[in-house]
Amino acid sequence: MSEHSVSPKIYFAIFIALCVLTGLTVWTAKHDYGAFNTPIALSIAGLKAALVILWFMHVKYSSKLTQLFAFAGFFWLAILLVFTLQDFETRDMMNYYFFKP
Amino acid sequence: MSDHAHTAPGLAHHFDDLEQQHETGTLGMWAFLVTEVLFFGGMFGAYAVYRSSYPEAFMRASSHLNVDLGGINTIVLICSSLTMALTVYAAQKGSKNGIILGLLSTLFFGAVFLGVKVVEYHDKWVHHLIPGPNFQFTEGVYGGPEQLYFALYFAMTGMHAFHMIIGMVIMVWMIFKARRGDFTPGHHPLVENFGLYWHFVDIVWIFLFPLLYLIGAHEGAH
Repeated sequence: MSEHSVSPKIYFAIFIALCVLTGLTVWTAKHDYGAFNTPIALSIAGLKAALVILWFMHVKYSSKLTQLFAFAGFFWLAILLVFTLQDFETRDMMNYYFFKP
Repeated sequence: MSDHAHTAPGLAHHFDDLEQQHETGTLGMWAFLVTEVLFFGGMFGAYAVYRSSYPEAFMRASSHLNVDLGGINTIVLICSSLTMALTVYAAQKGSKNGIILGLLSTLFFGAVFLGVKVVEYHDKWVHHLIPGPNFQFTEGVYGGPEQLYFALYFAMTGMHAFHMIIGMVIMVWMIFKARRGDFTPGHHPLVENFGLYWHFVDIVWIFLFPLLYLIGAHEGAH
């Protein structure tokens, strides 16, 4: 499992994909998709990050334990962001339903 | 385990074999990177909260960034990630010149990135967009939420740039080690784990670029 050696061809393919996705994210940012602007940008960024993590960082070829660690890091990040936002995004609603006469 | 395993060069006595040693090193590096994810995650969390509170101000402030320079820097950083991946490949193949060439290229792209960053920071200085007593968003307008955006901009890109500077210092050291012939064919935890660090820094920028530079880009599109 640690004997893997990824071919430079794959690295160049990932590189091209990352450049294309960078162009795509700039292109989409210059158009207005309303509420979808940020989800589109974050989806492209997430895809780029996945390409880097899986191939450049070899996680695709790493042991299950390393994969679990990598996953756990981003999972905890998701907890941090989701729980923070579900608080901030619902404060007005809480005030409206529970604290206003 | 078997005696011959303990005679493998570079094997520390508390590991059974090189594979276990290598695996442990990779896992340790990922444990560190997880703390880095959460460290930057705190700043992304602050960004999410304030941007959801002041979406228009963040878009106005964001349109003061130079999308072209940010985009060029994104490509530059992707180039440096490619050369870093090729450096790790060269290390696995035991190519001393490959390692040195790879590290020098990565160092070069890192320097270009920071150079562009200096131009951008200077532009913010000239236009009074540095948070503090002299901050002025537009003539005669104080711009509180806009100042918040720029505080986050400098904190996040500054911390990202700081990580790159540390990485570049380590790369210079690694180049000296490579010249001395320290990297014989086989596994090189230093090169491989440094590669993980450098790619992580790239990932941070992959998210910073759309969130800081592109949120106001469609304003001029109409």
